[in-house]
Amino acid sequence: MAQAETFQDGPRRGGSLLYSTAFRGVAYQILLAAGVILVGYFLYSNVNQNLERQSIATGFRFLTESAGFDIGESLIPYDSNDSYGKALVVGILNTLLVSVFGVVLATILGGFMGIARVSRNWLAAKLASMYVEVMRNIPVVLHVIFWAAVFRNLPGPKESIHPFEGLYFNNRGLIFAVPKANPAYVWVGVAFLVGLVAAFLFVRWADRRRERTGKFMPTFWPALAIMIGLPLVTWLVQGAPLVWDKPTFGAFNFSGGAVLTPEFIALLVGIVVYTGAFIAEIVRAGIQSVPRGQIEAARSLGLRSGFVMRYVTLPQALRVIVPPTTSQYLSLAKNSSLGVFIGYPELVNVANTTLNQTGQAVEAVGIMMTVYLLMSLTISIIMNLYNRKTIIRER
Amino acid sequence: MKALRRSGWLAVAASVAFLSTPAVAADGPMVTKIKQRGELACGVHTGRYGFAVADSQGKWIGLDVDFCKAVAAAILGDANKVKYVPMSAVQRFPALQSGEIDVLSRTTTVTLTRDVSLGLHFGPTTFYTGTGFMVRKTTKATKLEQLAGATVCVVPGSTTEKNIAALFKARKIKYTPVVIESQKAMVGAYFSGRCDVMSMDHAGLPGHRRFDAKNPDEHFIFEEVYSKEPLAMAIRQGDDQFYDIIKWVTHVTFNAEEYDVHQANVDEVLKTTTNPDVQRMLGKIGGLGKKLGLDDQWGYRIIKQVGSYKDIYDRNFGEKSPLKLPRGLNKQWTQGGLLYGYPIK
Repeated sequence: MAQAETFQDGPRRGGSLLYSTAFRGVAYQILLAAGVILVGYFLYSNVNQNLERQSIATGFRFLTESAGFDIGESLIPYDSNDSYGKALVVGILNTLLVSVFGVVLATILGGFMGIARVSRNWLAAKLASMYVEVMRNIPVVLHVIFWAAVFRNLPGPKESIHPFEGLYFNNRGLIFAVPKANPAYVWVGVAFLVGLVAAFLFVRWADRRRERTGKFMPTFWPALAIMIGLPLVTWLVQGAPLVWDKPTFGAFNFSGGAVLTPEFIALLVGIVVYTGAFIAEIVRAGIQSVPRGQIEAARSLGLRSGFVMRYVTLPQALRVIVPPTTSQYLSLAKNSSLGVFIGYPELVNVANTTLNQTGQAVEAVGIMMTVYLLMSLTISIIMNLYNRKTIIRER
Repeated sequence: MKALRRSGWLAVAASVAFLSTPAVAADGPMVTKIKQRGELACGVHTGRYGFAVADSQGKWIGLDVDFCKAVAAAILGDANKVKYVPMSAVQRFPALQSGEIDVLSRTTTVTLTRDVSLGLHFGPTTFYTGTGFMVRKTTKATKLEQLAGATVCVVPGSTTEKNIAALFKARKIKYTPVVIESQKAMVGAYFSGRCDVMSMDHAGLPGHRRFDAKNPDEHFIFEEVYSKEPLAMAIRQGDDQFYDIIKWVTHVTFNAEEYDVHQANVDEVLKTTTNPDVQRMLGKIGGLGKKLGLDDQWGYRIIKQVGSYKDIYDRNFGEKSPLKLPRGLNKQWTQGGLLYGYPIK
């Protein structure tokens, strides 16, 4: 009782505010905030003063100046006359490209390997555990450098690996034929998006119906049919336009078609293989966290093992899998910066060049940090929303 | 509660301490700093034959290295008191700006932006070169105009990177750059066939062909030099004395060659010369060293320990080296070159 009185609110001993717990609580917070702001201000002004003293240029004016250097691969038209700002956008888009493909492929690879690890198939389980143990114990930068060396030492363009018409694989990358642009493809794209939404709604409707009535309905094949069928029909209706833009060999290299450069492939394979091993372990842990009784009960009901995995194990495993997988996605996105080691023109690569041509290190590093922060926060928000869907709802 | 209160006050005290500490005051004269440390921190290339490369015993050799040595000989009296800090093109300027190195002697081209925006001072040009291109002989290309559609390997943060963009644009031909920061990885990418062309300073190419190619005869270096690349030592702005030393150390090497004073004959010349200009340079007539804040033997030491520009060039690029590169513009002005030593008076 005496203890409790010590921490009571309100004025004590002559009514000094100093002894009020509530007042102190607020005061400490204000002091802390002030301290943080002061330190921040000190750092900022100190950097500014030092840069000025050494007569190093400051500010973000350089973003509008002409960059003057070229970038090997770009998702948007870019020319050396364009600004540093646009060059950085090219870098950001390249970072996003490799990160998005990386996240999707690492999830597929990791999910597959994770399920294989707990498989009752001895060979599959052993191979999967070998994959995990080898890949996750090699530093990711070595993965990237290793794959870069592999893809750069393929035969030259003239001796390309050429399995079939329109596909060439050589030390300049993977070069393949693509359909020439046609206005009809816009509608095909729209049809694909509509199909995607329709398939999603169909699967949700089928799940709801199953939960309500217990009646099972196959969803995978019909959903796939909607997703592929709709664009296909749209394409056919418009007269099935198709002209291939085929790669042809010029003086030095192929022109035409689309190219995945060795740097892009090496970076993608490197970070996917590495992150996939961690995701595999997370998936395995998730699956094993589901009480055996659940699976035994499902089996005793006569459900096939694929069914058990799809409807009993995975939904319960997901709530264990999702949070740590978010961390893996974040580290994958950040590891894409290793492209700088092998010459993939992602953000760090372009920002490094910018930093060096303009000498504005503080600004360039600041931009890099901001972009990675925003990217990571976006991934976090999306994954947290998804996580909210997968957590167990207490009823 | 007491502990909490104390830590709260500590935070305030710390903030006040931070606030009241001004931005780091201007460096004392660099010479004092270097003398106290007993060695010169010199930023050099990670490995470019002729300019800076660690030999089989791990000793740094090259033209850029020799100029580091000349500065150390002038200030510290010993050409070997140099700490070499190898750095990539991207690392070099931040390293100099932050004070990690005293001098940057690393195949660095003088440009307006670098001089002004980066807060640097450049010494006199120590080497004149320009953008060069190397291709495989199988391409049969001999000049830039034949490189349409080629893939070009280059390091980032170099003037070369910007030069090739401008050169190809001016000729309205397309190319694909592959930009790799590590010099070694970039050169490796060219030799593995990832690129059709490797581009860097013209004078850097023969070394890579000689030492890195499996068969040097398979590669061709374009005769033409495609840009102006005056390479020079760089220092931070803000120390005029140090800037003067960098400037005049370089001019001593030029003048030494002009007056035919070399590493091998400097002692003899010192005894026999009657030319007052040479006597001033070697400290026989005193007073000049003091004006720089050095002693009178500074010029003698540079020549005795490192050599004249001829010694330096011959050792690293000339007939005595594996590169055997003609001197081109790097000849004395008396022989049609651009080396013009200012009067040491």
